[in-house]
Amino acid sequence: MTKIDIIQNVCDKLGFSKKDSAKIVESVFDVMKDHLEKGEKIKISGFGNFMVKEKKSRRGRNPQSGQEIEITARRVLTFKSSQVLRRALNARA
Amino acid sequence: MNKSGLIEALAKKENLTEKKATDVVNLIFKGFTDALKNGGRIEIRGFGSLIVRNYNSYKGRNPKTGSSIEVSPKRLPFFKVGKELREMVNTVNKT
Repeated sequence: MTKIDIIQNVCDKLGFSKKDSAKIVESVFDVMKDHLEKGEKIKISGFGNFMVKEKKSRRGRNPQSGQEIEITARRVLTFKSSQVLRRALNARA
Repeated sequence: MNKSGLIEALAKKENLTEKKATDVVNLIFKGFTDALKNGGRIEIRGFGSLIVRNYNSYKGRNPKTGSSIEVSPKRLPFFKVGKELREMVNTVNKT
């Protein structure tokens, strides 16, 4: 599934033109990206949380050469799936 | 920001009614859930991708009591952040 499929879905089910659907779907991801860029988390009930984590600098190793290097401090995005989603995925198991 | 915050921001940005914005956001995440349920992969350029990873059963431990238990096989969603968003978020190393 890519953005094109989502746009088609919005167009088919919600009665927007293809052009408007594309613009609206793009906006949804833009709003999310802007928020995450500010370091704020996004909680979607029933789906999961996207959150930014602060990572401290640490010593790492180049796995190929074995050379020790410094991994700089960074902010990374993580996703924690909701219980509801995990249950839905394992319903058949 | 939660889902209603996202809906509100979308409504404002795209000049939509709250109802329409709610429908859009719900449809997107419903679509994600359905795609993942069917084992499909979701890829949003500039944002990231979501896939389902399968885990075999393994011997785990109850961290509280220390007793050994069998963890049954499971499927978990995994999110990989896209390059663009990864760089946007990593403001620490931005110069």
